[in-house]
Amino acid sequence: MRPLTPRRIILICAGLTGVLLIVVLIALRMGAYSISIQDIAMTLFRGALGRRDEILPDFWNVVFEIRLPRILLGILVGASLAVAGAGFQALLRNPLADPYVLGVSSGAALGAIVSLVIAPRTPGAIQVAAFVGAALTVAAVYFLGRRGGQLDSATLLLAGIVMASFLSAAIMFLITTLSGHDLLRGMAFWLMGDLASPPPTRDVLEWFGFLFFVFVIAAGAIYTTSSDLNLILSGEQEARHLGVNVNRVKLVVYISASILTGLAVSVSGAIGYVGLLVPHVMRMIFGTDYRLLIPTSVIGGAIAIVLADTLARTVMGPTELPVGAMTALAGAPVFIYLMRRRVR
Amino acid sequence: MNGNPAGGVSVMPSPGAAAPLRLKVEQASYAYSATDRSAPKFTLAPTSFNAQQREIVAILGPNASGKSTLLRLLAGLTKPLSGRIEIDGAEASELDLRTRAQRIALVQQESELLFPLRVWEYVLQGRYPYGRRLRFESGEDCLMAGNALSQVGADGLGERWMDQLSGGEKQRVILARALAQQPSLLLLDEPTQHLDIGGKVELLRRLRKLADENRYTVVVVTHELNLAAEFSDRIVLLHKGKCLRVGTPAEVYEGPLLEEVFQAPLEVETRMSGRPRVILRGSH
Repeated sequence: MRPLTPRRIILICAGLTGVLLIVVLIALRMGAYSISIQDIAMTLFRGALGRRDEILPDFWNVVFEIRLPRILLGILVGASLAVAGAGFQALLRNPLADPYVLGVSSGAALGAIVSLVIAPRTPGAIQVAAFVGAALTVAAVYFLGRRGGQLDSATLLLAGIVMASFLSAAIMFLITTLSGHDLLRGMAFWLMGDLASPPPTRDVLEWFGFLFFVFVIAAGAIYTTSSDLNLILSGEQEARHLGVNVNRVKLVVYISASILTGLAVSVSGAIGYVGLLVPHVMRMIFGTDYRLLIPTSVIGGAIAIVLADTLARTVMGPTELPVGAMTALAGAPVFIYLMRRRVR
Repeated sequence: MNGNPAGGVSVMPSPGAAAPLRLKVEQASYAYSATDRSAPKFTLAPTSFNAQQREIVAILGPNASGKSTLLRLLAGLTKPLSGRIEIDGAEASELDLRTRAQRIALVQQESELLFPLRVWEYVLQGRYPYGRRLRFESGEDCLMAGNALSQVGADGLGERWMDQLSGGEKQRVILARALAQQPSLLLLDEPTQHLDIGGKVELLRRLRKLADENRYTVVVVTHELNLAAEFSDRIVLLHKGKCLRVGTPAEVYEGPLLEEVFQAPLEVETRMSGRPRVILRGSH
């Protein structure tokens, strides 16, 4: 018997954070403008001390204006998607669940497209509209997915799938009727996912602060239920017998995972595969205990997206691929491998 | 308490016994329907019986007689429509979730695991009601889980994966998780269903031993008339949602009664031990 200890969680997370830092350095290094690791380190160091006047303007631009915000956004989106995926897999008791399975991304896309039509020039309107679209979808699926006053995994899943296909149809309808608008670029973004769009406000720090705050609250809420989720995964009825307040746990996970998904989708579109695959890969490496799975998924999701985005920026350079194309390109084979392996 | 409205004979402890009642079921009834407004699809008429520590109670009856409903009531998962069910003096359905799980363990047919789990991880889940929200298992929890595994004779299985166990091994591990809860009341829903005859006898011997040595009160829902007669102290016979009899196996097992309840040509004979045995009559 080797029960999980906090020490083990901290050690593993420290190791993964080291990997993430290396990936971040690589991401800062790679790109059209070449900058050495020493220069990156010096720029970061001086920037952290607030000595901007000692940094070459080019270096400042590349590191602090272009690459670092994009990396931070990637970390935030990857972490959110991976935790949401792990949460939905437990909530729906389905290993194939991902953050978008309940239609949240389609709702966000519809909201975004509506805002592109109504207020194409308003800064921040897309993000807000996408989040509203996601929230409305979540609420609708919640009310459709209940049975006898409680969230029922199978009903919820069906309601979500139906909602997603309905919303996709609505999107197609909008695009066809509004073909006069320049929606193509926007569509590629919402369907594939992309980290290239700039933050909607001038104050980048404040914007990231807000996003990270929301992330910490929602991911933290899911983490508090992790020992309950362990039991729910080995049977909902049995979890009840063992003293788990199953209905409360499901509600907490449903709301929090939806917020995380809505957050990710409204800033970066529907980036695929990360929320599905990262929890599975972490499970294969570190086991199924959610007390370890959630924190490792947070860091693993961040690593996956930063890596994928770096590739997306550079492989075809100077042309950029959307990051979602890269995660799908790399994720589909991994997914098929995992699926075949499960069959045994 | 002696007057059982369903016509049962309530067996009270002998006057000398000082042990307090572990389980007290007093006129408990239940009804459920498909929707709130429709007429009840199934009702369990008021049922009464008691059990002390170290006793094994077998709930018998044909399919759809109300056995599982009664078990759910005993587990405190549903509140009886009327009457009371007390565990050590406290109403079962009013206990908070964790306290309830510390007193009552329910073993049902296993549900399928979504992700692979080691046996020791599974048994440690039984310690959940003793933990705080995120609490990590203590040395004591591991000790309890280890004890539970050895009580069911599964010491060597700890490192195995749950999905690699045989039917009998799995049943023992599931029982071990229930024992790790350190309950005073152990409820089992058809635990012998997937076992061969050797496994069935072994399981009931084990339950008998656990009840005798660890003072559990065990309630088993089963279809095994002869095993119930052999191993239990008390029988609760249900039929079509009514409790027909409560008593020792010898008091409950009467040929004509069993024949009517189970709709089969059955004969009851008394063995040397005084316990009854049910046999299928030869004529078809």
